Amino acid sequence: MSSAVYQRIRANPKFRELEARRSRLAWVSSAVVLVAYYGLMIVVAFWPQALHAPLSEGQVVTIGVPLGAAVIVLAWLLTGFYVYRANTDLDQLNQQILNEARQ
Amino acid sequence: MKRSMLTAATGTSLTFMSAAAFAAPAAQAADKPPLNLTAIAMFLAFVLATLAITYWAARRTRTASDFFAAGGGISGFQNGLAIAGDYMSAATLLGACALVYGRGYDGLLYVAGFFVGWPILLFLMAERLRNLGRYTFADVISERLDRTRMRSFAAVGALTVVFFYLIVQMVGAGELIQLLFNVDYDYAVIVVGVLMMVYVAFGGMIATTWVQIVKAVLLLFGGTVLGILAFAQFGFSFETLAAKAVAAHRSGAKIMGPGTLLADPVSTLSLSLGAVFGLAGLPHILMRFFTVPNAKEARKSVFYASGFIGYFFLLTFVLGLAAVVIVGTDPQFFQGGRVGGALIGGGNMVALHLAKAVGGNLLFGFLAAVAFATILAVVAGLALAGAAAVSHDLYANVFRKGKTTEQSEVRVTKIATLAIGVIAIALGILFKGQNLAFLVALAFGIAASANFPVLILAMYWQGLTTRGALWGGLSGLVCAVVLVILSPAVWKAVLGNPAAIFPYDHPALISMPLAFLVAYVASKLDTSVTAKTEREAFDDQYVRAQTGLGAAAGSAH
Repeated sequence: MSSAVYQRIRANPKFRELEARRSRLAWVSSAVVLVAYYGLMIVVAFWPQALHAPLSEGQVVTIGVPLGAAVIVLAWLLTGFYVYRANTDLDQLNQQILNEARQ
Repeated sequence: MKRSMLTAATGTSLTFMSAAAFAAPAAQAADKPPLNLTAIAMFLAFVLATLAITYWAARRTRTASDFFAAGGGISGFQNGLAIAGDYMSAATLLGACALVYGRGYDGLLYVAGFFVGWPILLFLMAERLRNLGRYTFADVISERLDRTRMRSFAAVGALTVVFFYLIVQMVGAGELIQLLFNVDYDYAVIVVGVLMMVYVAFGGMIATTWVQIVKAVLLLFGGTVLGILAFAQFGFSFETLAAKAVAAHRSGAKIMGPGTLLADPVSTLSLSLGAVFGLAGLPHILMRFFTVPNAKEARKSVFYASGFIGYFFLLTFVLGLAAVVIVGTDPQFFQGGRVGGALIGGGNMVALHLAKAVGGNLLFGFLAAVAFATILAVVAGLALAGAAAVSHDLYANVFRKGKTTEQSEVRVTKIATLAIGVIAIALGILFKGQNLAFLVALAFGIAASANFPVLILAMYWQGLTTRGALWGGLSGLVCAVVLVILSPAVWKAVLGNPAAIFPYDHPALISMPLAFLVAYVASKLDTSVTAKTEREAFDDQYVRAQTGLGAAAGSAH
């Protein structure tokens, strides 16, 4: 791989666009997952009684159960969203960059 | 039983939870179940099928790339199953069910902590790993840094994690198989070790991956059948299940909310940092990213893997609560028939007792066989990761400085596999009956404090130099080891001192930030000429990481 290829890629404005879009997607998604999980754990540590509240009047199932399950489900849905975005438009952009660099 | 449950709960990894508990000297020899022919027949069928896979894989394994990375020819979906298989050992099913059975909602919170590492691994690492590496994560950290020193460091990091993981698995395997199949402990450990060597030495990554896939499908299938049969007894109503579980459990309504397990924020934070970031430093998991043809499939594999893992974790919550009602009130599962006393076979038998209660001997035998199969697949993945560190990193790149042939690299791997197998068997027998929960904390602590910081900095931070990476990684490693020795699990429980010097069982809260700090300072202070070239090389590496330019291509299988 010649260094000219690398220079052409770096000079390509599409490369800037790719890295900006992908890193925004990655960091925002990570933040959502970490905030959701550690947010729940903060409630567990400091206000555990809040999670003992029944889901609705007279129910045994507490608010904590759907919230705990939601962390797992949300995190998984986000991986799906990330993979979808990264494998479609971002990968197309990536391919354009590579094609243009090889010309 | 309570004691072994606590041991399990404080072990770092879910993967190990029950293995660690088995390791507590609590195997009740007097309660051995009678020879279970269904289980043995199913297990033999599994072994024959996996040996056939190994034979098939051996004929397809020609190059080093075939051997270490299955020629990059595994699809995203297949790799997702294999990753899920690597992460979910027998202990996940047995340990997580036991945790929910004993502590209810805390069990759900605990498994959630072992789940959130997956999306983070995907968002921040999967693509760059695939684009920069070939066979091991050492490829990535030695790409622009000093090859000899970084490979040596990576091999030490990988081998320590692999061996700690392996010992716990071997001891857990011996105890579990003794209990389920009435086989003597030593023979059980030898059988596991020998089969592991056969899979890896002859079939390499192709066989290891397919064994893992078969086992993951069996585990998901067995768990689902068990879940449906158990849930059916409550009319598929979660509210009914919860109400009956609350009525049956000695803690009553408390099991539906947070209890004492994760109540200490500092301890919980340290545990979860190890779980989340340790995942991104486990060599056998990282190695799976090189078995797919490109970054696109690498991403997909995490999506599938985390789907299977998340589903299974949620399933164990239902299974654990169902067991509270079905197993927890049935005298036939308690020693001496005393409900509320010790469970026959110990706390980790909860899921298997549940299988017997809702599906009879057939389902019990099936799940027991799946548990055995699971152990085999997990140790095979570990052995391959360890052998790759020895041959690809130490032999080919450190001792021979890259001047070697593919054949000799593969030959060294096979020898290394045999050596690892023999050592694993010996250690498994040596540590029989020991409480090994601390090894779990060590494996994840080192993965999170040595492997992960160096890996992520190498990919993200231009300023990282060889000196910074080595000092940072080694200080994380040493700090994790020292803190675990001073922790309650070793200082108090193993060495018999009255009080621990470091109050927490998990070191990551201290050792991981320390590794980052030392790596940062040492890199900043590094004004050598090589440091300058290493920083300059980052720009090209960054282009490769982002675009996959020049990445190792996959071949079709």
